[in-house]
Amino acid sequence: MAILTKEQAKQIIDKVLSYSTADEMEVSIFGGRTGNIRYARNTVNTSGETNEIRLSVNSVYGKKVGSSSTNEMDDASLKKLVARAEEIAKLAPENPEYMPMLGPQTYPDSTTFSPATDKIDPDFRAQVAADSIGITRGDDLTAAGYLEDFSGFVASGNSKGQFNYNTSTSVDFSVTVRTTDGKGSGYAIRDFNDVSLLSSKDVTNIAMQKAQASSTAQAIEPGKYTVILEPTAAGDLLSLLTRGFDARSADEGRSFMSKKGGGTRIGEKLFDERVTITSDPTNTEIPMSPWDGDGLPRQKTTWVENGVVKNLAYSRYWAEKQGVAPLSSAGGRGFGGGGYIFAGGDESIADMIKSTERGILVTRFWYIRAVDPQTLLFTGLTRDGTFYIEDGKIKFPVKNFRFNESPIIMLNNIESMGKPQRVGGSLIPPMKIRDFTFTSLSDAV
Amino acid sequence: MKRRDFIQRSGMGLGALATSGLFMMGNPVSAEQLLEPGIDTAAKKLLADTALNAAKAKGATYTDVRIGRYLSQSVFTREKNVQGISNAETFGVGIRVIANGTWGFSATSDVTPDGIKACAETAVAIAKANSKLQTEPVVLAPEKGHGEVTWNTPIVKNPMEIPVKEKIDLLLKANNAAMDNGAAFVNSAIFMINEQKYFASTDGSYIDQDIHRLYPTFSVTAVNKAAGGFRSRQALSTPMGMGYEYMDGLAKDKIMNPAGFVSYNNSYDIVEDAISAAKQAKEKINAKSVTPGKYDLVLDPDHLGLTIHESVGHPLELDRVLGYEANYAGTSFATLDKWKSGDFKYGSDIVNIFADKTQDYSLGNTGYDDEGVKCKEWDLIKDGVLVNYQAIRDQVAILGGTESNGCAFADSWGSVQFQRMPNVSLRPGTEKYSPADMVKDVEKGIYILGRGSFSIDQQRYNFQFGGTVFYEIKDGEIVGMLEDVAYQSNTQEFWNSCTKICDKDDYRFMGTFNDGKGQPSQSSAVSHGSSTTRFDGVNVINTGRNI
Repeated sequence: MAILTKEQAKQIIDKVLSYSTADEMEVSIFGGRTGNIRYARNTVNTSGETNEIRLSVNSVYGKKVGSSSTNEMDDASLKKLVARAEEIAKLAPENPEYMPMLGPQTYPDSTTFSPATDKIDPDFRAQVAADSIGITRGDDLTAAGYLEDFSGFVASGNSKGQFNYNTSTSVDFSVTVRTTDGKGSGYAIRDFNDVSLLSSKDVTNIAMQKAQASSTAQAIEPGKYTVILEPTAAGDLLSLLTRGFDARSADEGRSFMSKKGGGTRIGEKLFDERVTITSDPTNTEIPMSPWDGDGLPRQKTTWVENGVVKNLAYSRYWAEKQGVAPLSSAGGRGFGGGGYIFAGGDESIADMIKSTERGILVTRFWYIRAVDPQTLLFTGLTRDGTFYIEDGKIKFPVKNFRFNESPIIMLNNIESMGKPQRVGGSLIPPMKIRDFTFTSLSDAV
Repeated sequence: MKRRDFIQRSGMGLGALATSGLFMMGNPVSAEQLLEPGIDTAAKKLLADTALNAAKAKGATYTDVRIGRYLSQSVFTREKNVQGISNAETFGVGIRVIANGTWGFSATSDVTPDGIKACAETAVAIAKANSKLQTEPVVLAPEKGHGEVTWNTPIVKNPMEIPVKEKIDLLLKANNAAMDNGAAFVNSAIFMINEQKYFASTDGSYIDQDIHRLYPTFSVTAVNKAAGGFRSRQALSTPMGMGYEYMDGLAKDKIMNPAGFVSYNNSYDIVEDAISAAKQAKEKINAKSVTPGKYDLVLDPDHLGLTIHESVGHPLELDRVLGYEANYAGTSFATLDKWKSGDFKYGSDIVNIFADKTQDYSLGNTGYDDEGVKCKEWDLIKDGVLVNYQAIRDQVAILGGTESNGCAFADSWGSVQFQRMPNVSLRPGTEKYSPADMVKDVEKGIYILGRGSFSIDQQRYNFQFGGTVFYEIKDGEIVGMLEDVAYQSNTQEFWNSCTKICDKDDYRFMGTFNDGKGQPSQSSAVSHGSSTTRFDGVNVINTGRNI
């Protein structure tokens, strides 16, 4: 049984804590099942499932920290584990940035677990693939897709009396459909905590339509264009911005959030006044873990309001050094990319197209890399469905473009926005942006 | 929360130490445990035979077993502080079978006869279940069994045997040197990998390999707070298939480059490079912003390696060409019809690019690949013409061939092996010609060293590359540093603009330590050898912006 109950987890953690002779100790237990199925050329090529449970300890003497972990839960193994972590800690160099462990905290309720996702088995995964392949086989199309699901728990407790426990599930599904002549390609991706919200057939249908509609792409001149970014495309770029909402690098003078002459740009109007970015751990569309990497409870936070920078994240160490309260990042899934809520508008993508004299509709971006961290300039390409709009209508598919653009400049060039939808754990609206910089053409399909 | 999130999460309360968790590939152990021997070869053979027999009994027509112990150590510092030390071990077995003409794979950390038998049976069950959706039965290129053989990376100093303190002292010395020369911030690190891999298959191979890789690196940042500017300069080291001797900084491996500072071959002086980096980071803040236009590019091997990787290495992966990576990494412009034509000009006549997993000191250097094929060297581009791809056993028949190139790799016992890039390298020029000679011959050009921002489309046509440091060349001389440089080109056009390659005395490796591919994503490491090379009339853009 990979998922322990809260009580079972607490019992083990308390037992391990009782073995400690260090100044401070923290015990974490993680358990879960990760499953996947991958298909290409209309046929399954890999699938698998991993079950894992692991207990880790961090032992601390002064500012010296040692870590160790095990998957053996018997008393003898756990005692040995604690002794090993303490031994490592004694030999470790001091970490001057070490912050003492937290005492008991109150965390917001979590809605990260879905029973439907927890029930996924190999047959279910095969069906997801079959539903997707089923509509592309025999239609001069090929599907390549990937489903990954997770169900598990994490619990931790420390020698200062803190304890937390959370169960969570996730499912990520993406599919690329290509025409067999290699001239058209379409893509769609969805992520949920609750798999009952996923229909691989519907998602594949979107990718299929894009593949068919994009198969006669024409070359047009690169340059500055009005773009309509579908939520996936907008999310590709906006996630690059939110990663920089960090006070330390700004204070250190090495971030786009650094102020000329020193300090951060909190209080400065950096974006169009329609830009408001918040995070809310209780939002049910993008549920997230109730605590952050420092073990602090996540809070409802306004990062940008009406274009003005309101907050940057402060780690416990940096907050103490600067004499302010710590503030966790939005902290959705993965490496801090998710958890942000971008206030949108009320225009649909169809409305945006209708009001566009000359522009480009973008499905997604690809291979995005930082070019200049000072200005947050990124480069990358459009992929899997790029269309030319003229006089309020989609005229024809176009060859892919390379862009060189900064999300900061983009958020100063907003024409309109639509209703936000979940993309990679954040809520992102479709956006119409003027003067988006495409610098060259690509023949890639 | 996925495994990687948990690893990050378990660093809770440890401040900067959490950073090190991101690089932990296994379970934390002590440094001493990294030196403990794993189970002996005879015991591994018995366990492997258990798997081979169990799978056969359930109906598998082919089985391979990989018993792997993967060790890693990473040391991270920042300015005067140690940020983290991670020692990790992971041990388990991965079993791959063919049943009903279909692959099945299963892995377990329960390395006992019972655990392995159950794992083999699961692999067969998965193969049979997936065979219902199968449209193309697997055809394996024949491979003769190699019997009981061993292969070890030819290292001089086992990095795991060097005390952690020695590594910390070296990194902090480099940090101090950078700070003394005007750096505002320095992050430095050393990553060390030891893969102890045992492979057995129903072809009659029992292969025991001990593989080492090492990667020292740093990033030095200079800041001008008053003007609101900052620039970083990354290390000009490269990951190598070597032991700790790479850190010796031997004089014979130092090369005075045309820009007037030292570049490195198979031995690296981190302190010396940190001093150059601090000086150059400061210089970069006020360097001249490039005027966009066409330039002749002189590319140092430490830069060109990444361009080779992205524009030749990836597009010639046969699984991409066939569509297996369509939903993630993408497909390839280098389609089978171009290869079959026999006259597809990938590059100019002097472009000869070969693949191998056999060059000493390279990251790809291995005796046998992860499906028991003896590693070798072969041509990908000959006299500018596309002549071959990178293939593994179940792909060779598609090319009408009978022998695998030996490109199968799995990043762990728990990952299934698939086609991964071998070393892909540009052969040096045949006539005596140095980087200094090359600069002398350029009228209007840019000399680029080190890797920078890199981006390429999903079929590998259009790319944009930056670099670490850029120098303007005017009438045969380097006249000063440039900033905001990136070049954009098309793969075929770019390689056809290659006009000159320095000789073998300048041949050096550039490597990538964590090349990602596949779903779920797997990491691999490869090197790219080249000599300084010239490309004419390449489009350079200016990447400076005002915000």
